[in-house]
Amino acid sequence: MKLTLKVWRQKSANDKGKIETYPIDNISGHMSFLEMMDVLNEQLIAEGKIPVSFDHDCREGICGMCSMHINGEPHGPDRGVTTCQLHMRKFKDGDTIYIEPFRAKGFPIIKDLVVDRSAFDRIQHAGGFVSVNTSGNTQDANALPIPKADADTAFDAATCIGCGACVASCKNASAMLFVSAKVSQFSLLPQGKVEAKRRVLKMVDQMDKEGFGNCTNTGACEVECPKGISLENIARMNREYLKASVSSTE
Amino acid sequence: MATLDAKIPAGPIKDKWTKHKNDINLVAPANKRLIDIIVVGTGLAGGSAAASLAEMGYNVKSFCFQDSPRRAHSIAAQGGINAAKNYQNDGDSIYRLFYDTVKGGDYRSREANVYRLAEVSSNIIDQCVAQGVPFARDYGGLLDNRSFGGVLVSRTFYAKGQTGQQLLLGAYSAMNRQIGKGKIKMYNRHEMLELVKVDGKARGIVARNLVTGAIESHSAHAVVVASGGYGNVFFLSTNAMRSNTTAAWRIHKKGAYFANPCYTQIHPTCIPRSGDYQSKLTLMSESLRNDGRIWVPKNMEDVEAIRAGKLKPVKIAEENRDYYLERRYPAFGNLVPRDVASRAAKERCDAGYGVNTTGEAVYLDFGSAIKRYGKEKAIVTGEANASEARIVELGEGVIEDKYGNLFQMYEKITDDNPYKTPMQIYPAVHYTMGGIWVDYNLMTTVPGCYAAGEANFSDHGANRLGASALMQGLADGYFVLPYTIGDYLADDIRTGEIPTDTAEFTEAEDTAKARISKLVGNNGTKSVDHFHKRLGKIMWDKVGMARNEKHLKEAIAEIREVREDFHKNVLVPGEAMEFNPELEKALRVEDFLELGELFACDALERTESCGGHFREESVELDGPQKGEAKRDDKNFAYVSAWEWTGDPGKPTLHKEELEFNDIELKQRSYK
Repeated sequence: MKLTLKVWRQKSANDKGKIETYPIDNISGHMSFLEMMDVLNEQLIAEGKIPVSFDHDCREGICGMCSMHINGEPHGPDRGVTTCQLHMRKFKDGDTIYIEPFRAKGFPIIKDLVVDRSAFDRIQHAGGFVSVNTSGNTQDANALPIPKADADTAFDAATCIGCGACVASCKNASAMLFVSAKVSQFSLLPQGKVEAKRRVLKMVDQMDKEGFGNCTNTGACEVECPKGISLENIARMNREYLKASVSSTE
Repeated sequence: MATLDAKIPAGPIKDKWTKHKNDINLVAPANKRLIDIIVVGTGLAGGSAAASLAEMGYNVKSFCFQDSPRRAHSIAAQGGINAAKNYQNDGDSIYRLFYDTVKGGDYRSREANVYRLAEVSSNIIDQCVAQGVPFARDYGGLLDNRSFGGVLVSRTFYAKGQTGQQLLLGAYSAMNRQIGKGKIKMYNRHEMLELVKVDGKARGIVARNLVTGAIESHSAHAVVVASGGYGNVFFLSTNAMRSNTTAAWRIHKKGAYFANPCYTQIHPTCIPRSGDYQSKLTLMSESLRNDGRIWVPKNMEDVEAIRAGKLKPVKIAEENRDYYLERRYPAFGNLVPRDVASRAAKERCDAGYGVNTTGEAVYLDFGSAIKRYGKEKAIVTGEANASEARIVELGEGVIEDKYGNLFQMYEKITDDNPYKTPMQIYPAVHYTMGGIWVDYNLMTTVPGCYAAGEANFSDHGANRLGASALMQGLADGYFVLPYTIGDYLADDIRTGEIPTDTAEFTEAEDTAKARISKLVGNNGTKSVDHFHKRLGKIMWDKVGMARNEKHLKEAIAEIREVREDFHKNVLVPGEAMEFNPELEKALRVEDFLELGELFACDALERTESCGGHFREESVELDGPQKGEAKRDDKNFAYVSAWEWTGDPGKPTLHKEELEFNDIELKQRSYK
């Protein structure tokens, strides 16, 4: 197929960016979106131009490195996939595709389609862990039975890949889905209970400091999340936060 | 010149590790805070090492080229992690895990290291559960297991098809706790370009800040390289696009020997390639072989009809299918080790029975499993007279519970529904057993420089068993390196901080800067990918699943040509002092072009077949094993450790003889 790409180009964080137009031909439906971007970049290099910078790594939908706002949606029009797993068969011959970086105050642009998501790391530093040291004497794993339903729900929350699509899709640029996924995972498991109050207070506090907005229940994040992280996590985090706010002794 | 002393502790194998831990030097808690350690890479090995070392009190500087430590490629591991817990009461034990791993590695690994790995395997599961890793559980709330290739017990712990992700996020959370405390200083988007040696010891690295392009010096009392494998030398592999050999190759060029570079794992179940634009290959977890049966048509006319699109695989009758793994290996069937399964697929496709248009695909079929599970489920739900359609519906539900995310991934990529038609699969490069040579303490031949995880060579011999990579990465990082590194650092408690304003650091920075300005100023005509793809094609065609002397010699000459062409004609757009992904690639491919030649030299030198290294000249000519790979223990029971000499085609070989005191060397039979 033949496509017209409208791509956001921005040389550096301080540069004023703009949309550039690139025609592209001979795109197969079996290509992934990033393979199409590879073809574009080879074409630009051959023309003596600077290729488009974008983040990517595993290209199998799990590392969370790839981003891109495609036709107004994070990770593009398909559901339950990251950009690297989006295939060109989702587009038609003659289509015009707008490709922009994730846009949020908490995710400053580094170059072209690459943004800085280190705010997510800082939220995890604040409390996204169970305080246990490496030890050769940890109790036997089966000494702590966990109901299958709890383990499964904790797992579902833990499959968040930290890509930031939730933030990019939200009109408030809220990171509640991301933060609540980690809070939920640990609040559902006995290992995480001891520090549950402290964790939710500190992570939410850091989230606010990073400039992410609040949740107004539009649910766009759940729709765009490539891993199907549920809004229930936000509800659970709000409960945990409320409980902790009124009962924490710290 | 460094000598090859593996420093294996004396005594019975089951006591070696305990005794060693009791004998080695320790660093007192108050002195640990006077010592800096650099860890390059944040996958399972690097992440777990960084977290554990920081918990102990060392100052850790951790580096990754991704934007967050959580993105390291360990995250993509699907199937599971082995541990000798014997929760299933099926006779598993430390010895059996040790035995399976040495046998699976075709008797080319170091016994003492493998035994230690099996010994600490149980601790890993305990540790991860304590961190809140949500492993799969049964209704009693206890941990569930599955079975993987090459073994006869169920010892694999898993978290659906995302085990690597959950384990890595566990290590990442342990790192986060230490980053929050300031005990780990994290350098995201940094790539190591040089190792710095002072008085012969590893004392730091030079790294490029990938955002600004700045060349930075970082010092430490020891350097740990946990930068993963080098499968991307083939261009197409299941590795992440940016996985590379640079950190490992750079320490090799500074004196760390490179061991068994030709031992590469070609994974049997990957999605076949679809065109020249292909950027990477996607793995379908080995766990699928628990329920999927692998076959090609028996008759050539069926093969032709399928390729022409006139026949659907489901229409081929049972008796006209060749379940070649079950036919050739009745004892292990579809669960033979990866090297055996891959070669068997290649054998059928080379004979003309491949089922897609490229002739490079076989079927992985869940039809029988769906029916079997459907019938079992119908009994549980009390539907004694369930119709055929209902049984299939119930069976598909069971399969979805077990492998749902993998089936979804397959469908997204191929646009085929694997519940209704068999998956098409073909082998692809997946893991490299070879790597930096290390002694029992995981120290390389450069004092103070360590290698952990896939970056080192020691535990998997010539073939790695499924679900053992996660085990080894975490064993090295949580339970081996934190102890052994203290033995070396005990001498450094009075050294003080290592200054970076010295000639050694300046020289290393200058080397890195010179490479970069040469690449950026080259003004060539062809992109970096052009050369990487050419290298990959040579590697796959001539140094791939089957190797012979003629092809290997051709490969060596051709890789040299590509390398020379690269230096003359590569075009790297943009500038040095900016965010420049093409420059990053160029620096990595430059290193792959040297490694590729060493790889082929190693494959040429080893004229036996062993594990993933198959020499066409070395096969069993008769007997029950006719046609199978033939190992040569008399002449090749050694580790090939290569020393850099300045010319990638003329490395010096050092041999570490492998001693097998606890396992008898035998023909590896899965029949």
